[in-house]
Amino acid sequence: MRVSMWVLVLLFIFGFNHRIFAHQRPRTERISGSAGDVLEDDPVGRLKVYVYELPSKYNKKLLQKDPRCLTYMFAAEIFIHRFLLSSPVRTLNPDEADWFYTPIYTTCDLTPTGMPLPFKSPRMMRSAIQLISTNWPYWNRTDGADHFFVVPHDFGACFHYQEEKAIKRGILPLLQRATLVQTFGQRNHVCLNEGSIIIPPYAPPKKMQARQIPPDTPRSIFVYFRGLFYDVNNDPEGGYYARGARAAVWENFKNNALFDISTEHPTTYYEDMQRAIFCLCPLGWAPWSPRLVEAVVFGCIPVIIADDIVLPFADAIPWEDIGVFVAEEDVPNLDIILTSIPTDVILRKQRLLANPSMKRAMQFPQPAQSGDAFHQILNGLARKLPHDNKIFLKPGEKVLNWTAGPVGDLKPW
Amino acid sequence: MKLSALQQSYMNRRSTSFRGSAPLDSSAESAIKSPAAIFWLLLHGVCCLISLVLGFRFSRLVFLFLFSTSTSNLYSTPFRQLTSTADLANSLNVPSNPVVNPELPALNKTLSSRVIVGRHGIRIRPWPHPNPTEVMRAHQIIERVQREQRIQFGVKSPRTVIAVTPTYVRTFQMLHLTGVMHSLMLVPYDVVWIVVEAGGVSNETASIIAKSGVKTIHVEFNQRMPNSWERRHKLEAKMRLRALRVVREQKLDGIVMFADDSNMHSMDLFDEIQNVKWFGAVSIGILAHSGGADESSLATVEEVEKRPSMPIQGPACNASNKLAGWHTFNSLPYKGKNAIYIDDRATVLPQKLEWAGFVVNSRLLWKGAEDKPDWIKDLDSVGEDIESPLSLLKDTSIVEPLGSCGRQVLLWWLRVEARSDSKFPPGWIIDPPLEITVPSKRTPWPDVPPELPSTEKAVINIPEHTVKQTKTRSSRSKPRGKRKHEAKVVDTQISTRHSGQN
Repeated sequence: MRVSMWVLVLLFIFGFNHRIFAHQRPRTERISGSAGDVLEDDPVGRLKVYVYELPSKYNKKLLQKDPRCLTYMFAAEIFIHRFLLSSPVRTLNPDEADWFYTPIYTTCDLTPTGMPLPFKSPRMMRSAIQLISTNWPYWNRTDGADHFFVVPHDFGACFHYQEEKAIKRGILPLLQRATLVQTFGQRNHVCLNEGSIIIPPYAPPKKMQARQIPPDTPRSIFVYFRGLFYDVNNDPEGGYYARGARAAVWENFKNNALFDISTEHPTTYYEDMQRAIFCLCPLGWAPWSPRLVEAVVFGCIPVIIADDIVLPFADAIPWEDIGVFVAEEDVPNLDIILTSIPTDVILRKQRLLANPSMKRAMQFPQPAQSGDAFHQILNGLARKLPHDNKIFLKPGEKVLNWTAGPVGDLKPW
Repeated sequence: MKLSALQQSYMNRRSTSFRGSAPLDSSAESAIKSPAAIFWLLLHGVCCLISLVLGFRFSRLVFLFLFSTSTSNLYSTPFRQLTSTADLANSLNVPSNPVVNPELPALNKTLSSRVIVGRHGIRIRPWPHPNPTEVMRAHQIIERVQREQRIQFGVKSPRTVIAVTPTYVRTFQMLHLTGVMHSLMLVPYDVVWIVVEAGGVSNETASIIAKSGVKTIHVEFNQRMPNSWERRHKLEAKMRLRALRVVREQKLDGIVMFADDSNMHSMDLFDEIQNVKWFGAVSIGILAHSGGADESSLATVEEVEKRPSMPIQGPACNASNKLAGWHTFNSLPYKGKNAIYIDDRATVLPQKLEWAGFVVNSRLLWKGAEDKPDWIKDLDSVGEDIESPLSLLKDTSIVEPLGSCGRQVLLWWLRVEARSDSKFPPGWIIDPPLEITVPSKRTPWPDVPPELPSTEKAVINIPEHTVKQTKTRSSRSKPRGKRKHEAKVVDTQISTRHSGQN
């Protein structure tokens, strides 16, 4: 009796203290995804990854030739490789591995202006797969179903930057059974395999951390966007670029003082995002963009204008609760849509965004921290375990067609 | 095949400028140079020329009409042909028209994506301008978000700001008091404004402060403001003590700050004083301004170089951010040259330490508050002749320096007054109208009915309105035909009036 009384008193004191101290911390909300509170899961111990030893012409030599590969938005593939090499989930014994990783940098072939050329990537990938299938037995065991590849390019493993061409090519036939870790995600699209893991594009974490402004700076911009509306070089009259959505935003809201939108690139871009309530994240040539990462890190509610897009880690992060989704056909009514959101919903979204685990999950920090994007990828891989026994092929059985695809792909690299 | 030729040419155009590299793919495809392809390319070129002249995409219309019957065949073909049909169907949507999503629901029953690749129309609503209700709603959202930010990151429990302002009726009162009033109206916390007026409560002051929208206490002080600066400073000190007594009587709870009516306050000041515990001091920038333009002649070159950028009055801290002393205004350069009377055109000097630089927790003034510290003297025991609130303290070392230890200047001191014999229209409303009005040569308002008053009384009482109208609009010169007629009318009006008054 007395013990229970003391327990009650202790609980009361703790609760009281919690109330006092909770008042001082900025209010955040826990993020519970559709699979539970999985953002904070620790993948260590739940899976084992074996990293193939490929000759350096597939990875290191490419990076040496062009160190710009480390700073652009596709740099995730390089950082994931580095992370896995020193991660506790790595195993040196391939027989106990659940997943196999092939370190190949398919997007590290840059033009002078810094844009990646995907024309040699299919051949490069093919040659790498030929290498691992001849030197190790694990590829042929499952025809790649327990292997994963990082393909962060515009349309993932379709290896092209133009959507029509990418659709025509489809996913590289050899990768049909493998798990693809990519930035592109659109429902019912040829270039998205079921079971792919969508990751955020790479945004330099140090640069974003360096440009934080004090959190009590009042948010006075209602809607913020900086970027192209018309891609004058490739689609001057509009209608192709972004399926006309960006042009519609411009034409409807260029006179609206609530919308701070322009094509100029100011030096205070990061600071301005921290002073805005909504940040537009419309599609461009591809539906994803680093703006989503920047909006989440800076606490600006992302307004996603891309039909059928699949956002990063969609099974762990409840994007519907965090961002606002606007259909492309509703763009002319964007102001009505945004102002008709109830204020408490907006405040709740801001609280969810203020949660540090959300910000960590979108970034690729060096060195890796718990809960960051690397760990979310591993969590995603761990959630797909244990492998279904059906993926293991009977000896002599072959599912993949090694000669499928355009003729140009079959040339050796 | 014709469609693929079209597609080809588009792809060629796009890919050659796309990312600045020669794509390997297109070279293979353009190898098809059969006569039919050439013919269609030529036709396409001709249509382009026609559309250049006519101004819309004529060629695509033609294709649409030609192929509208055969589009049904294309429904069953794979996805990529679908994109080109979508192209053609969308071609009618010239960008600047309001457009609905192209009617292709029947086509989308295939497993392929609902999202169609290809040219889409740019949707613009009929009135692409801001809607006032939406703007108001957006501002409400912004205000709520900022309030939430302030609750989370700003001052935890904001206290009422009690502003004490001594004032009296004079020419510049409207100017100074409006400035203070607007600053107080912007303060995001509760404000109580105690206005002490020398010479009794007057309608002018009352009408000014009534517009403020904050809670005001108008206190009268039955002595007239003297004409010399020194006596004025002394009287103002007495008026402030009177206000502090009001605080004590009404047991007002908050932070007392002294907002002299000619000072300029920054909004950060009000946020910073919320941090005070009992008694704080802030740095004031002193704008010692001389009334005349002969300041440059007063100062020689060396003096100008020696003088610091702007004198600051306030707390001085040592290296460990503790109060070590006070910065006061150095009045030596101005010895003998400063203004004695309010009319003087010389530099007006501040006192050693201005009242405006101090903030006091109102609980220090209450009688018999339980947790009052013992270094505060009772208000009644200090007498009437105190120079600065420091005289209320037994020990001046407990003063808290605010604004990062006095490094931030949060308010500015300035004294500007007109001559004491200057007249100004009461309430700053010109009523009755000025005695002499001279019509401008170009009277721009022909619409005023030319009234020829019969009696002088009628003229004076006629809505001064019309006279005011012509007066105010005389500055605009609108050349009109009736100009001369108007001028004549006004002339007659004035002349009758003059004759009447004579």
